[in-house]
This record gives sequence, structure tokens and C-alpha cells, in this order.
Amino acid sequence: MTYKNYHVTRTSQAARIAAIVGAVVLIILIAAPWWAGRADLRLMGELFLYLALASLWNLMAGYAGLVSVGQQAYVGFGGYMLFALTMFGGLHPTVAIIAAGGLGALISIPVAALIFRLRGAYFAIGTWVMAEVFRLSFAQVSTLGGGSGTSLPVKIVKSLASGRSARESLSYWMALGAAVLVVAAVYLFLRSRNGLALTAIRDNELAAGSLGIDIWRTKFLVYIVASALTAMIGALIFLQKLRISPDAAFSVNDWTAFVIFIVVIGGIGTVEGPIIGTLVYFALRETLADLGTIYLMVLGLVAIVVMLRAPKGVWGLIRARFDLQLFPLGHRVVRTPDKGD
Amino acid sequence: MEWLNSVVQGTLLGGLYALFAAGLSLIFGVMRLVNIAHGDLIVLAAYLGLTVTSATGLHPLLAMVLVVPAMAAIGYALQRGVLNQTLGDDLLPPLLVTFGLSVIIQNALLEVYSADPQKMNAGALETASVSVGGLALGVLPLLTFAIAVAVIAGLQFTFYRTALGRAFRAVSDNQDIAQLMGLNRRHIFGLAMALALAVTAVAGILLGIRTSFDPSIGGGRLIFGFEAVIIGGLGNLWGTLVGGVILGVAQTVGAKIDPGWQLLSGHIAFLLILVVRPNGLFPRVSG
Repeated sequence: MTYKNYHVTRTSQAARIAAIVGAVVLIILIAAPWWAGRADLRLMGELFLYLALASLWNLMAGYAGLVSVGQQAYVGFGGYMLFALTMFGGLHPTVAIIAAGGLGALISIPVAALIFRLRGAYFAIGTWVMAEVFRLSFAQVSTLGGGSGTSLPVKIVKSLASGRSARESLSYWMALGAAVLVVAAVYLFLRSRNGLALTAIRDNELAAGSLGIDIWRTKFLVYIVASALTAMIGALIFLQKLRISPDAAFSVNDWTAFVIFIVVIGGIGTVEGPIIGTLVYFALRETLADLGTIYLMVLGLVAIVVMLRAPKGVWGLIRARFDLQLFPLGHRVVRTPDKGD
Repeated sequence: MEWLNSVVQGTLLGGLYALFAAGLSLIFGVMRLVNIAHGDLIVLAAYLGLTVTSATGLHPLLAMVLVVPAMAAIGYALQRGVLNQTLGDDLLPPLLVTFGLSVIIQNALLEVYSADPQKMNAGALETASVSVGGLALGVLPLLTFAIAVAVIAGLQFTFYRTALGRAFRAVSDNQDIAQLMGLNRRHIFGLAMALALAVTAVAGILLGIRTSFDPSIGGGRLIFGFEAVIIGGLGNLWGTLVGGVILGVAQTVGAKIDPGWQLLSGHIAFLLILVVRPNGLFPRVSG
């Protein structure tokens, strides 16, 4: 046996097939405004936005070890920035969404400097305190409706596109675009030098530090990127809702609890997990939502059982069984087909 | 004088926050577990108190005789049945399991008791006050503060003067060696959670007498307790009382400036202390 018969590769047959299937699905989804009904379009738009939030939370918790229960701070911040920039800054909504991301990055820097002083689980509750500070602060801004909130003026909504169906299609495409952008960004980030550092930190923080990885800087970077993108998603969410209030914008249930359940059920620490989790979550929601509070209890119970019995989630079970990786991140050794063998 | 009044009222309010925090501090000290469902367990205790008082006609303070052991039993069962499985080096399982628990408790309360705000009726105790140096002090806030001091003194005594406390400190220092010395750490953790939820029961009843409550307020109570723990310094029970008082005073003084600033000024006080002293005022253990 000689070593030249083996080589190290990143991609695999499954990943190549997944890429082709993914591209076909993406084309079908882009064409959705021509084949899907209005209600389905709305539902899919919401699904994509949750997928984006879940992928970002997964990047933080699953790779950087930054377990936040306060990402609603940035969802609400982005939503409020959309309203403020369009109503008082006169910006076009699409420009305002991008600006909301930039402002989200800016505000996350002092926040991170502060809450990074807390470790582990206390970091988690610290993020929640920050979200409460954001909520209470925006409730004090009377020009944005104070505690009762405000609606996006009709003029601004109409500036997005003329006609209701055109607006709905545009809003759908933006949600789809955001999800694709976020998943692609997470994937490319993980393949980059920083991503390699991040994976090392995930596997063993002490060992990563001893190899010269600047752990604080890497986590800081992840927090800021995730927060900026979360703010953009928040702006998109409230562009769909057209109405904002502090309680809706900074809801821990809507923007953090559900997102955590999606990631835990799908499989934390994998790119595929949030995608599976989002599909499972929406399937559960569409079938059980009529049960109201019971449905939420079931969701909490499912998350606990998954965490205790299958901590790697649904995707973890699939991967353990079939050794699949649809987004090629790891390296594997394969035998080279060689006629001299 | 009005400002002095705010400070005194805030100090007494701090007693309640210290009770919210004491359970959190205790279980973190013994098993490094941060219970996200802590606030919801406080609210659960308040609802249990409500059920007991309306079913038996007992005074809410007497209802503690039933609610405290009930919550302690829930705590022991919860720890042995669920939470012990999550303990280990990984931070995620305890955090996410207690987060799921929080959602379950909140929605179960919503299902059973509805979203309407409820309150326990404590009769004359609610409005009774004594005049001290020109300030009218409510008997209930005074009583709450006294109970908080007594509970913390009791926990301190348990921790440093009893066999149970020695077991708590042993498993806290090194689980494996404590196990080798013949302590069953699963049982010890169960007892720690039982004790923590007994304190939580007292806090929940006092909360339910003081203000109206509904199933959604648990998260806010968790945050107050957490802030008191961090301000006071991890692992220091008397520090937790000081933390509660600082938080309470910041809130009442903030409310004096502008009613909308009550909660915000409490959070700002917490963040300022985090800037100046990241480990709190009187830390005993490192996070």
C-alpha cells in the first residue's frame, strides 16, 4: 500500500449532488411568485427570514460558543432603524435595510465590549439584559410611537413598488435573497481562515488558544457580523409587518426562543442543521398552531428531548448514519482510483 | 425627604430582589448551573400560593407552609429527573434545557390560569404602615426585607456550619473527589435545587402579595435576580443582598426622575457596575 493511492478532498459525491439539487430548488423558489398563492408566498417569506436568523444564531452559538438569548435586540433595532431612516431620513426602504445592517454593526461594538466581560451562561442572560435596555429605550422615543409603536406610512410602502402583488413579490425575493446571502456568508466564513480558527475554538478552546488563535478577537468578529446581519433581517421582518412596537420588536419568544428551537432540533454546529430545523419548525407550526399554548409546550418539550437524547439534532442523526456533509467544510481521505493499483 | 423616601423604599424593594437572586446564586455556587427558568419558577410559586389561598382561605403568608415544601419537592424531582442529565463541561445543554423548561412552565400557567393578572389578598397587611422618622414605611416591604435577611443568614449558616453545607461545598469544589468520598452528587444536587426552589417559593409568595402577576413576567424576574447576583459578586450571598438593594434603589430613584425610567435605570446601574467592576462588588468565586 502506498500513500500516493490516497488523497485528501473536501468535496464529495453527495455534496456535488446537493449543490445541483440546491441550485434547481433555488430556481424554482425564485419563480415562486408565478406559481404560489399569496398566502403561501407570505409563509415562505417568513420561513426564509427565520432560516436566516437561525443560521446566524447557529454561527454564534454552535461555532463561536456565544450562546445569546438576546438577539431580539438586533431584530428590533433593525426594524426600528428601517422605520426611522425611511420616515425621518427619507431613505428608500432597500437603502434603509442595508443602512440598518451598518448601524447594527456599529451599535454591537460597544455592546460586545460590555457583555464579553460575562462568561458562559451569564453571557447569555447579559445579552437578554441588553435586549431589555434596547426595548425600554425605544419605548421612550415618542416620535416612533413610544410604548404603543407606529405604522409605516403608506407613502413609504408604495415607494417600494407600484401595485400590491409587485410589492409582495419584491418582499418575497428580498426574504429569499437574505436567506441565501446569510447561508452563503456563513458557509464562506467557515471556509475562510477565520472560520478555521472558529472551528478550532469550537472543538477545544484551550488548544486553539495555545496554537496562537486570538479567541477574543475571533468571537468579537463573529458577534459583530451576526449582529449586523440580524439587524438587516429585522428590518426585512418589519418591512413585511408594516407595523412596529417595542413588545413585538424585542420579543424574546418570537426572535430568540423559536430560533433556538429551530437550531437545536435541526442540529447545532452544522450549516445544514438550521435548514432542516426551519422546515421541521414550520411543519410543526402549520399543523399544531391551532392548539395555542399546548403547541408551544410541545415545542419546548421536543427541544428538551432532542437536547438530552440527540444533542446533535436531526441532522446529527442523519450524518451519524450516512456520513453525509452537504456543505463541504471538513476534509476526508479517499482512495484515488488508480489503474496501477 | 422625598429622595430619602425613594432610597429607603428602594432598599426594601431590594430585599425582594435578593430573594429572587438567592436561589440563582445557590445553584450556581453548587453546580455551576444557570437556570433560565428561574423567573418562571418564581411565578409558578406565586400561582401555587394563589391556588392554596383561594382553595383553603389561608392567609398568603401561611400558604408558604404548603407552597415551600411543594416547590422543594418540584426542585428535587426536576434536578434528579432532568437537570442532572445536562451537567458536564458543555455549556449548551443546561442552558437550552432550562430555556425549554421556561417556555413550558410559562405556557402551562397560561393554559391553567389564563393571561389575566392575578393578585393574592393579604388583607390589612397590604396597607399597614409604620412611621419612622417622618417616613411612612409599609409593613409588607419591611417584612419582605426582614425575611430576605433571615433567608440569606439561614443559607449562609447552612453553607458554612452544617453537614449539608459541607457536602454542597465539596461537590462545588470537585465533583469527582466528593463522589469518591462517598457523597452521591446527584442527590446533593437534588437537595441544592430543592433548597433553591424553597427560597424561590418564599420569593414568589411575597411577589404575589406585593404586586399583580401574570404568566409572562418570569423573564423580567430572572433578569432582576441575575443582576443582583452579578452586582454583588458571584458566590457571595451577602453580596447578593447588597446587589438587590443597589438594583432596588436605582429603580425607585429612576422612577422618581421619570416613571418611564424605572426599569431602565436599574439596568443602567447594572451595566455601569459591569464596566467598573466586571466581577461584581464582592466576588468570591470566578465565573
